Amino acid sequence: MSGFDKVVHSYEEAMSGLTDNMTILAGGFGLCGIPENLISEIKRKGTRGLTLVSNNCGVDDFGLGLLLPDRQIQKIIASYVGENAEFERQMMSGELSVELTPQGTLAEKMRAGGAGIPAFYTATGVGTPVAEGKDERQFNGRDYILEESITGDFAIVKAWKADRYGNLVFRKTARNFNPMAATAGKITVVEVEEIVEPGQLDPDEIHTPGIYVNRLIQSTFEKRIEQRTTRPSGE
Amino acid sequence: MALSRDQIAQRVAQELQDGYYVNLGIGIPTLVANFVPKGIDVMLQSENGLLGMGAFPTEEMVDADLINAGKQTVTMATGASIFDSAESFAMIRGGHVDLTVLGAFEVDVNGNIASYMIPGKLIKGMGGAMDLVAGADNIIVTMTHASKHGESKLLSNCTLPLTGRGCIKKVLTDLAFIEIKAGKFHLLERAPGVSVEDIIKLTEGELVVEGDIPEMEFG
Repeated sequence: MSGFDKVVHSYEEAMSGLTDNMTILAGGFGLCGIPENLISEIKRKGTRGLTLVSNNCGVDDFGLGLLLPDRQIQKIIASYVGENAEFERQMMSGELSVELTPQGTLAEKMRAGGAGIPAFYTATGVGTPVAEGKDERQFNGRDYILEESITGDFAIVKAWKADRYGNLVFRKTARNFNPMAATAGKITVVEVEEIVEPGQLDPDEIHTPGIYVNRLIQSTFEKRIEQRTTRPSGE
Repeated sequence: MALSRDQIAQRVAQELQDGYYVNLGIGIPTLVANFVPKGIDVMLQSENGLLGMGAFPTEEMVDADLINAGKQTVTMATGASIFDSAESFAMIRGGHVDLTVLGAFEVDVNGNIASYMIPGKLIKGMGGAMDLVAGADNIIVTMTHASKHGESKLLSNCTLPLTGRGCIKKVLTDLAFIEIKAGKFHLLERAPGVSVEDIIKLTEGELVVEGDIPEMEFG
């Protein structure tokens, strides 16, 4: 029974085994649904030479941006970057290698990686810098490029709720890349706001089954908002 | 008179149809949501994983877990659904979105679009733009017709790195509504008070002008 219990009790335990030059897949879109405490643990550990696969790279003092000042990231694969000054500096100076990847291709690379599919054809990026060096092939008269899937040594994921077996439920748009990242890590570490006992989640409402999850930790989150846009009350 | 940003959005909104699923890019395209004609229901797709995006929240409703693709806090409309990024782009790449509106730096007569990178200056990434232009059949590009220095953005060949090849058929600028077919721009409508000559002058790529070109109408 307890073999399915994924709960760990410290962040040190959650990220144990992470060493220099590994590849990490991270969930999150902007600062929404990012595994913020797991990122802080990587900063604390001081692991270097990392390849990060994430839609974005946080901001100067939050999210993956925290790994920049100590030069922990050697390469990032992302669709949209440059929300922070230090990132731009390291990219321009060549200290940080950046592989810009279309957002849908990035999501599909992780999904395919987790599903054991080594590569797939897509029309996205045909005729653009993204297509350079990639196999091109026609299907039904249309051009497609071959994109290789991605897996990671670690995947770091933020979910809303989980049971001890690692069955996950995400909340609103904090889901984003998290389910795909969860499937594609050799070791998938998930941090959540609440852990319940097995049986307390309706099997029909589980977004990510526990088979993908290796370690689970409960914590509290700052959940910083990148662009707080509001309308007046009473409208 | 060149159209204002709101007027560009208003003209795009006239292309909406009842029951359309629509993806609006950042900038002018976002404003289209403010001009949805009366009696028409559209569902806005936000590529971070929300179909049925609502208005901005009130201060009390702000939820850090609910944002749009521009990372702004939003709400959900009645009938909204939430999904992951792979599902979101399956909708986009699978051609299920009825209309995509996005901005650009340049468009050319072959339907090529450059919108994400200015080498040496702006290297932030394409986000979902490459997926959107490759996956959608019905795309409207909104942009100013020329730069502040009078350099045309409607070209015979894009000069910047491409976001997509041969995928743009309609462009709405502050001066004109233009269709791209068979390797040429075709002038469909002009902004009120803007002459055909003005448009020709600021269009570098070959522009076909057939018959009287009507002025855009705003209700």
